[in-house]
Amino acid sequence: MLKELKPALILLVLLSALTGAAYPALVTGLAQATLPDQANGSLLKENGQAVGSRLIGQPFSEPRYFWGRPSATAPMPYNGGSSGGANLGPLNPALEAAVQERINALKAADPGQQAPIPVDLVTASASGLDPHISPAAARWQAPRVARLRGLPEVQVLALLERHTEGRQWGFLGEPRVNVLTLNRALDRVAP
Amino acid sequence: MSANLLLQYGFFFAVLFLLAWPLGLYMARAYQGDLPAWMAWLRPLERGCYRLAGIHPDDDMGWRRYAGAVLAFSLLGVLAVYALQRLQLWLPFNPQAMANTTPDLAFNTAASFVTNTNWQSYGGETTMSYLTQMLGLAVQNFLSAATGMAVVVALMRGFQRKEAGGIGNFWVDMVRSTLYVLLPLSLILALALVSQGVVQSVAPYASVPLTQAVDYEQPKVGADGQPVLDAEGKPVLEAATAKEQTLALGPAASQIAIKHLGTNGGGFFNANSSHPYENPTPVSNLLQMLAIVLIPAALCFTFGRWVGDLRQGLAILAAMTAILVALLAVEVWAEQAGNPLFERFGLATQGSELMAGGNMEGKEARFGISATSLFITVTTAVSCGAVNAMHDSLTPLGGLVPMWLMQLGEVVFGGVGSGLYGMLVFAIVGVFVAGLMIGRTPEYLGKKIEAYEMKMAAVAILATPLAVLLGTALSVMVEAGTAGIFNPGAHGFSEVLYAFSSAANNNGSAFAGLGANTPYYNTALGLAMLFGRFMIIAAVLAIAGSLAAKKRIPPSAGTLPTHTPLFVVLLIGTVIVVGALTFLPSLALGPVVEHLQMVGIR
Repeated sequence: MLKELKPALILLVLLSALTGAAYPALVTGLAQATLPDQANGSLLKENGQAVGSRLIGQPFSEPRYFWGRPSATAPMPYNGGSSGGANLGPLNPALEAAVQERINALKAADPGQQAPIPVDLVTASASGLDPHISPAAARWQAPRVARLRGLPEVQVLALLERHTEGRQWGFLGEPRVNVLTLNRALDRVAP
Repeated sequence: MSANLLLQYGFFFAVLFLLAWPLGLYMARAYQGDLPAWMAWLRPLERGCYRLAGIHPDDDMGWRRYAGAVLAFSLLGVLAVYALQRLQLWLPFNPQAMANTTPDLAFNTAASFVTNTNWQSYGGETTMSYLTQMLGLAVQNFLSAATGMAVVVALMRGFQRKEAGGIGNFWVDMVRSTLYVLLPLSLILALALVSQGVVQSVAPYASVPLTQAVDYEQPKVGADGQPVLDAEGKPVLEAATAKEQTLALGPAASQIAIKHLGTNGGGFFNANSSHPYENPTPVSNLLQMLAIVLIPAALCFTFGRWVGDLRQGLAILAAMTAILVALLAVEVWAEQAGNPLFERFGLATQGSELMAGGNMEGKEARFGISATSLFITVTTAVSCGAVNAMHDSLTPLGGLVPMWLMQLGEVVFGGVGSGLYGMLVFAIVGVFVAGLMIGRTPEYLGKKIEAYEMKMAAVAILATPLAVLLGTALSVMVEAGTAGIFNPGAHGFSEVLYAFSSAANNNGSAFAGLGANTPYYNTALGLAMLFGRFMIIAAVLAIAGSLAAKKRIPPSAGTLPTHTPLFVVLLIGTVIVVGALTFLPSLALGPVVEHLQMVGIR
């Protein structure tokens, strides 16, 4: 084994330079040259100013906004500097308490809405940064947002439709609504 | 079961086999130095490596020397990754001024990345500098994968050669794995991932305004920089308001590409492949799942070509695929059925075109249940360990499937190289059992399987259960072990069992609630990883050396054919029986009890 240490050391240095320096430098160069928007975080720009990222959700708790997935990041929700999930097991009483609290908040914000709440609206996302909710979860909130913004519900539903992405390539993943872009569009239509 | 689910899964397997076939045949050539014209331009780079390192590529190594080279190379890798973490504060490419890590974390991470486990006791974006990620972790993503591929190539030579003293040259096999397989594929995948939105930059983290400011509570920090504690020793909380959002960036795509292709699985960000910057779209999710299984599947074709009978490789591939598909069905059923708690609350949980439904705790909306369940099954069948959901929040049976897939020894596709060599060990055990039944000396691919091979096969198969079961038993008995448990009840036991299953089998995924960044767990899990990896490699290389030295005997009427459906069933049976006998008692204490409790509450 000792005799192999010299080739081991030299190969480690050479291959480190290749895979740990040249390779990431090449990918960075190519990505920044050809795909700068994606490589730098898919930032959402309004009037040249970054107002968020199309891929990273933001926290919303005011009833006039659509709410996103519950986020378990610390110390504040949707902390893009420290991602992570809640890691609560299915029988953990803390999960039951958390879901109950979220149901209460949603019902308090719209006591008239009697339909069952879609499950993704009261369960924490894996990353804590999920930018999407299901179309069902968005529609459940549409009457509340329409009322508080003084908009006809059909107009809110039409807006919601525009911010819905279908399955990619027609069959991959799930249909979903981008909460941040939807809320920014709402602010423009009825501030 | 919806039509869309069948379409997503069918497409995945179709593309996988279509890509694995030509790649496997290409690798069969590349390892013999027979490169197609469009890759031959890299040959001077390969020769340059040998010249600088003083390596003679024709120098044939016996199995002991081959194993010595593997160990020497891995040892230096551990030291390099350890040093980078302990010194990162004073090194360049650290725009967030990440502090040096603790010694136990540095040891755990070094062992983890060198053994192709990529268990992470840390959160990437809050702990590691860009330099550590690129020059330490990403490098080992390549080199640990190349080491696994080299070892399986050596084992294939054992079957291929007749009365030979050596099993090849480790340096050549490792360099060729890196240059001709891993690097080109990673470059293509990295750019494809960037096109979907994976970040690739060396700029500091970005900051954007929040559309709606958010109030939260954070621990109060005193003048000395330490959290202020109240009379009961709990941290005092103070109200705060966030008006801005930090967006963690970094050279992620280049590292994520090899993280999947090399079946490493260590996330660039803490949330791994559930982070929208690490896995932004359903297409990036598909690419990452394909990348996980691609090389392990392709190696089956390489194996078939090398032993001169492609059907031998296809039989192994069929056994792997059958186990994977069966457990995938259980996984997606359990997660779509969900948690009865949500039904008691009167929530809408039925899957439809408007929502995924099911158990969405710890999952991402863009992946839903179908794509997430496939990812969970694939990443644990293969010893990748990347996650696009929080496994700790899976239903009991949904958590049992990934745990058991790891406990089977990571042979259902398994890690690059390590999966196939593990499965070939089971094949040897399989023909031995069949040989006992018909009263003949067992043989596999023209090589007699004798006492020495069986002893080494037993070592390889028993090493990881030993580490898993002893590690779990110790951890639930000592206070340092139970202190890390996050969820109460049977689920807490599952967290510990999952951790040791993951570490010893070099997977790297976690029931992440477990507080594993402690001196106890960092040390215990680090040792489990090293033991699980290198005990098996040593045993497999011993088998390779012994087989290479044997004559090849022509098949006779008493030879069990090893390319038939009968052999596939025998191989599946061997894997399942060993895995079930070893782990059912411990699984009964964790996920099985939890499942009974869950349905009992209903």
